[in-house]
Amino acid sequence: MKYLLMIWSNPQTWGHPIFLRTPEAAAMTGDERAAMLRDFEELMAEISESGELVTAQALADPLTARSVRVRDGESLVTDGPFVEAKEQMAGYFVVDCATPERAEEIAGRFPDARFAAVEVRPLMGGSAEDL
Amino acid sequence: MVTDDLWRSVTPQVIGALVRRYRDFDRAEEAAQEALLAAAAQWPEEGVPVDPKAWLIRVGSRRLIDALRSDEARARRELADATRVPADSLVAPSPYAVGSSEQDDTLTLLLLCCHPALTPAARIALTLRAVGGLTTAEIAHAFLVPEATMAQRISRAKRQIRDTGATFVMPAPDDVPDRLREVLHVLYLVFTEGHTASTGDALHRIDLTAEAIRLTRQVRTLLPDDGEVAGLLALMLLTEARRPARTSAAGELVPLAEQDRTRWDTAYVREGVALVTDALTRTRLGPYQVQAAIAAVHDEAPSAAETDWEQVLALYGLLEQLAPGPVVTLNRAVALAMVEGPAAGLAVLADLEKDRRVARHHRLHAVRAHLLELAGDTEQARESYLLASRLTTSIPEQDHLRRKAEAL
Repeated sequence: MKYLLMIWSNPQTWGHPIFLRTPEAAAMTGDERAAMLRDFEELMAEISESGELVTAQALADPLTARSVRVRDGESLVTDGPFVEAKEQMAGYFVVDCATPERAEEIAGRFPDARFAAVEVRPLMGGSAEDL
Repeated sequence: MVTDDLWRSVTPQVIGALVRRYRDFDRAEEAAQEALLAAAAQWPEEGVPVDPKAWLIRVGSRRLIDALRSDEARARRELADATRVPADSLVAPSPYAVGSSEQDDTLTLLLLCCHPALTPAARIALTLRAVGGLTTAEIAHAFLVPEATMAQRISRAKRQIRDTGATFVMPAPDDVPDRLREVLHVLYLVFTEGHTASTGDALHRIDLTAEAIRLTRQVRTLLPDDGEVAGLLALMLLTEARRPARTSAAGELVPLAEQDRTRWDTAYVREGVALVTDALTRTRLGPYQVQAAIAAVHDEAPSAAETDWEQVLALYGLLEQLAPGPVVTLNRAVALAMVEGPAAGLAVLADLEKDRRVARHHRLHAVRAHLLELAGDTEQARESYLLASRLTTSIPEQDHLRRKAEAL
């Protein structure tokens, strides 16, 4: 089964990796931040090496987002994301896992899960998931 | 002219010959793939050699030696290994390993590809490549992942096999039945993947059901007396027989009860029924034989209304003892409802709802909806069909469940 992992974050400034830009990370010691980064890199190595990682991408600052609405045939383009919220989607991963529990385990190991959330959504179009 | 079947059934034999000679599964598998690619390029121009397999082994050997030479120290080690007495000549032959060495090679390779140290996804990928002779790109297409992801899975699987110290020999006779079960499970997973995959981009996808049937037939030739091998092949054939009737002209999913039975493949039904009947009378009972027997009851019913539900119910009861699981219980609930009425089936579902994972699974709600519909509770049935349609990740199934809800 393939899952989309959405990295939700509320950073002070936008950058990569996003979890280092959060107020929580800013309050940590240098060693704590380094350990967090190491955990993240280990996770990346693990899911690449296992063949579970399908694709991943960091998103640009929501400041650069444009939302396009068409009403009565008229196109209206506004600056900013569709949902105005403190937390914004900062990036996504597509993983192909044996079980939903494994997808949740991977999600829980993103540092972002400690600060905002990592949302796990199964992708449509796959085969029926077995019990 | 080399047929696709012949071409691909030769693959494991070429790998087998190379591993025997050079004792390096990883490199032998690579070299065999390169030899197959060379053949695909050269044979159409230069003609098919008199002995295609010998040609592939020769070219594969050359590629393998080239690879080994690129690391001289490694080459020396490999050559020293290659001249040693093969480890498998020192142990007593397994009852599963009689026959020609080429056939042994295919079975040994299958058992190695389905090594317990590997994840199911890795076993599937490696089996399709090393035994099925598919390219990494074809396997990646079949499972809708990028080629790089699939290549990573395959090379990791080979590395893990190397790390466990497993070699290209038949496991000890006592271990073979357990390892064979893993092989059959992998073939079953390949089949169900092909069976349930959405049909949207069928154009570029390898037919996984046909591939699973081909490989299971191959195992059946190697182990004609194993009842579960026969049972799995029968299950596949009896399921595949209904394929022409499973989708409407508009591409919509048609449930078993509504299928046009004249469109079923009678040759597959006959072969499947004969296989499972023979296995049930002659070999030890196992879950694949029981599942095949259930499929046979459905396939032999002249109409849905004439289905022998009492027999189906008895068989699901047996299956629940042999291989318990929530899917079996769900299916038994349907059979029970058909024999004793929907209330009895719904009572079975109540127990399953306590399990968090099952409670969120679309199949539980699809079955509940069906039973509520039978009971005449239209309102609740519609709710359950809609919930099931929201929970599934299969697009044809989602459309089907929504249509059911709308029809009520």
